[in-house]
Amino acid sequence: MNYLASVGSYAIMIREVFKKPTKWRIMKSLIFKEIDELIFSSLGIIIFISFFIGAVVAIQTALNLTNPLIPRNLIGFATRQSVILEFAPTFVSIIMAGKVGSYITSSIGTMRVTEQIDALEVMGVNSLNYLVFPKIIAMLFYPFAIAISMYVGIFGGWMAGVFGGFLTSEDFITGLQTDFVPFHIGYAFVKTLIFAFVIATIPSFHGFYMRGGALEVGKASTTAFVWTSVVIIILNYILTQLLLG
Amino acid sequence: MIEVRDIHKSFGDAHILKGVTTTFEKGKTNLIIGQSGSGKTVFLKCLLGLFIPEEGGIVYDGKLYADLSNDEKRDLRQEMGMVFQGSALFDSMTVEGNVMFPLEMFTKQSKSEMKDRVDAVLKRVNLIDAHHKFPSEISGGMQKRVAIARAIVMNPKYLFCDEPNSGLDPKTAILIDDLIKEITEEYNITTVINTHDMNSVMQIGEKIIFLKDGLLEWEGTKNEIFKTDNEAVTNFVYSSDLFKKVRQMYIQEQN
Repeated sequence: MNYLASVGSYAIMIREVFKKPTKWRIMKSLIFKEIDELIFSSLGIIIFISFFIGAVVAIQTALNLTNPLIPRNLIGFATRQSVILEFAPTFVSIIMAGKVGSYITSSIGTMRVTEQIDALEVMGVNSLNYLVFPKIIAMLFYPFAIAISMYVGIFGGWMAGVFGGFLTSEDFITGLQTDFVPFHIGYAFVKTLIFAFVIATIPSFHGFYMRGGALEVGKASTTAFVWTSVVIIILNYILTQLLLG
Repeated sequence: MIEVRDIHKSFGDAHILKGVTTTFEKGKTNLIIGQSGSGKTVFLKCLLGLFIPEEGGIVYDGKLYADLSNDEKRDLRQEMGMVFQGSALFDSMTVEGNVMFPLEMFTKQSKSEMKDRVDAVLKRVNLIDAHHKFPSEISGGMQKRVAIARAIVMNPKYLFCDEPNSGLDPKTAILIDDLIKEITEEYNITTVINTHDMNSVMQIGEKIIFLKDGLLEWEGTKNEIFKTDNEAVTNFVYSSDLFKKVRQMYIQEQN
């Protein structure tokens, strides 16, 4: 019953976010600030993880190719498919649920605890629009981060494959180009955009409606991460079935 | 002037306000006192429109809040200033940014006009060199003064303060009390202060209401509170030895 009430509250929150907009002059600066906080400040960790995961995918594929009849260029093919279809959009989104999600919950939760949200409400500001809308807009740039993740992941696979002596650069590139389906990129970006909305809104919900003190802010951040991850995993299944099934 | 007409407010089974009726006059500092859990904060949040009473109503200069449209409620909110217990300054903004925030949000003033207004109110609360400091870089007393500056920057008709002296040393607390009283008279606004501080009661309490278990137990002025024989009020106000002695001295002086 509590879960149903939370889903209802979440839906009401989303409706409120798009009502009574804040002045564009103020909103514009908030959006730029959030793009910096949510997207640019995450690029370092995204690039680091993408590179090494791409490298590990290539090595694992190479080590499991024991049959001499299977061409080595399959390593490039497997790296591309893994990175584009699942690793970049889904795995990175779960990492972002931790990094960006906990930042969103704790920053909004701290504003709740220190009565800053009450101060906004008393002034007549639509606090949900002021706090959550810029985050949603900033997260529209998340596909750019995922595009970088795809590129760096495949580059990591190439580095590990070629410099690890598993295949030649030509083989890797041949594998990358084999049976390429452009729609897979579209599928990945559709997923990414939906996950971006989830990453912006579920942690905001947990921060905005939290009650208590500093300890509860920490608990809300953890809960937000768990629920954001669960929703991403479930949506990943549904979207894969709908778009590729 | 604010008229409160028999308001009731509950949360689940907990009946917090059980029918409070009173008035707060313009140009006066009105104080709400009472023990923790007596309903003071809920009462103040009802006055601010953050909680809607289930029964009764609140009238702001002839306008019943419940009858207002959403736009009128928003306009009324912009006529209210609030000083929160913990100041509630926006961490990510400087002192100047905090005070300028309501102007940026709700007026069409140019940057220089807003800056002039911010300079004027910061000067009024005796904060001259703190414009570019962040809330974490200034003292609790200065934070309270910034909160007061933010509350008055829009020339409000109503000023609400929740425990404005909490966490301040006695000297700074008196400065804040005096500042609120001066601003109330200068701007001719209706000020309502929620407080536990008996120094404030004696210092600036032009009208005092005492809440007990969600009901209005007593109301009067700071002079009347010395003479009252209401047991609940005397037990609360004169719980310390210092205030017992002050009361005895006052009564002796009167006799």
